[in-house]
Amino acid sequence: MPDSVITATSLTKKYKDFAAVDGISFEVAPGESFGLLGPNGAGKSTTMRMVGAVSTRTSGDLTILGLDPNEHGPEIRSQLGVVPQADNLDTELRVRDNLLVYGRYFGLPRAAIAKRADELLDFAQLTEKAKAKVDDLSGGMKRRLTIARALINDPRILLLDEPTTGLDPQARHILWDRLFRLKEQGTTLVLTTHYMDEAEQLCDRLVVVDKGQIMAEGSPAALIREHSSKEVLEVRFGSDKNEGAAAKLVGLGRLEVLPDRILVYSENGEAALVEVVKRGLEPITSLVRRSSLEDVFLRLTGRTLIE
Amino acid sequence: MSAPEVSTGSTSVKVGKAWYVTEHKIRAMRGYAGTLVATAIGTPFLYLFAFGVGLATLITQNVGPGGVTYLQFVAPALLASAALLVAQEEYTFGILLGLKWNPTYVAMNSAPITPRQIVDGIMLFVLIRMVITSVIYFAVMVLFGAITSVWGVLVIVAGLLAGFAFAPVAAYAATIEEDRGQFAILQRTIILPLTLFSGTVFPLTQLPVYLQWIGWISPLWHASELGRQFSYGPTEPIWLTVIHVLYLVGLGVLGWQLCVRNVARRLNK
Ligand SMILES: Nc1ncnc2c1ncn2[C@@H]1O[C@H](COP(=O)(O)OP(=O)(O)OP(=O)(O)O)[C@@H](O)[C@H]1O
Ligand SMILES: [Mg+2]
Repeated sequence: MPDSVITATSLTKKYKDFAAVDGISFEVAPGESFGLLGPNGAGKSTTMRMVGAVSTRTSGDLTILGLDPNEHGPEIRSQLGVVPQADNLDTELRVRDNLLVYGRYFGLPRAAIAKRADELLDFAQLTEKAKAKVDDLSGGMKRRLTIARALINDPRILLLDEPTTGLDPQARHILWDRLFRLKEQGTTLVLTTHYMDEAEQLCDRLVVVDKGQIMAEGSPAALIREHSSKEVLEVRFGSDKNEGAAAKLVGLGRLEVLPDRILVYSENGEAALVEVVKRGLEPITSLVRRSSLEDVFLRLTGRTLIE
Repeated sequence: MSAPEVSTGSTSVKVGKAWYVTEHKIRAMRGYAGTLVATAIGTPFLYLFAFGVGLATLITQNVGPGGVTYLQFVAPALLASAALLVAQEEYTFGILLGLKWNPTYVAMNSAPITPRQIVDGIMLFVLIRMVITSVIYFAVMVLFGAITSVWGVLVIVAGLLAGFAFAPVAAYAATIEEDRGQFAILQRTIILPLTLFSGTVFPLTQLPVYLQWIGWISPLWHASELGRQFSYGPTEPIWLTVIHVLYLVGLGVLGWQLCVRNVARRLNK
């Protein structure tokens, strides 16, 4: 991929002796929507700060839009939009003013910023809130304002660090919809998340990261195909009985015994459930579902994404 | 919308970008501009009245060279203290606000603004705030008859230098991760003694010799003496006046550069 907009090779960030990002390599193509999926402390935000050209890497190589962030930080940042994990809107300014001052940092003329700010307020469904104080916005509105702010310079790459964490389902769907539109317009998206449904919805391709390392890479569908079965049967027997029941399930498919339930990986979940009952077991609840990225993660790391 | 212009790295572009930071701070200041201006106008009236009209009647001892009133003696020091207060506020809480409580510096830095441009812009903003306060102070001083020569207008410059010389405080503030009352400790152990023993309301020479050294290291003493030279001087050899300027500018530049370094370290996580 010679025309990739981001190329990371053995990218590493150490804090003293601790490697928060431990030699990861990936490429992002123009217009692609690329995700980093991983649990707390995986090194997602650290990676995003390096890609955002504000954090110096300890070793490895990194090229963003053909430039090395060590040499060309401001030039790179002038073409990025950044949505950090924690909102850093200026709470001393009103909603629209946040966009106006931010636009100036890109050297844009005032008139152009004003026009763009109004378009973005509309895009973020915040036109009515233009004069509101930032503190008076809901969490979802703040997030949308942060995204609007990140778009003020019409960036070539938009970096989103956990765009929807802490939002209710409705607010998340509104945000996903906005991000979809950007994707359709050809903006390159790089996002981190620990929600598998978000990754499945938004990412063309993703890497699963854990402890600073890449565990797997591919499209959501390919990852599921490669690392999990088509269906999953979830059965619960009550917390102290799961271990005992698991012994009797051997042979039905790959098993994951979690504290509260047992997962049976099978091409046909219903058939597996029939077999469970045949073996004389009586689950309190049972559920057959399609495999998800959560299962991929569990397979790769032995842990669930959200503890 | 066209792609944003890429920084050329030339000096003029850098100065321009620091100005955007200043502009941002000015816009945020509009929210509390009323309070600031009211304080800037009220304070000189209060102090000049108290010292010049009130306390002056009790002070019969000679404080300056012949013919200098007590009001004329204290006024340059009071102006410097006012400018200093503005700087101190911005160099402590202002800096920590931008790095931590309302992390606007982090946001600026993810746009194409460098830590140096951020700090330069903040320094310029603090200067502007000090200019507003000092000019108002000066006008009230004229009103009270505390200024007799046209050179007196340079008292404003002495005041600005007093504030600027406290830039090392900004450098220190940029290293604070958790607020555990460090500013209050700084205020009590360093800033307060420096202002108490700095020849503001009585000449330093009236202090016991073993306390006078505090005045010599105090930016406020240097700035007050400098202001007095402009207002009714010269009362001291010219080399001493030059030392005042060098000391104040030196401290300011040192603090400024350290602040750039510390903010850069802080933002590069
Ligand atoms: N400035 C820092 N100094 C020291 N350690 C750090 C620093 N920033 C991050 N770390 C450590 O690096 C590791 C990765 O952190 P990072 O914030 O990148 O994780 P993350 O994947 O974004 O997690 P989360 O989902 O919780 O946001 C963590 O163990 C964290 O404690
Ligand atoms: Mg994170």
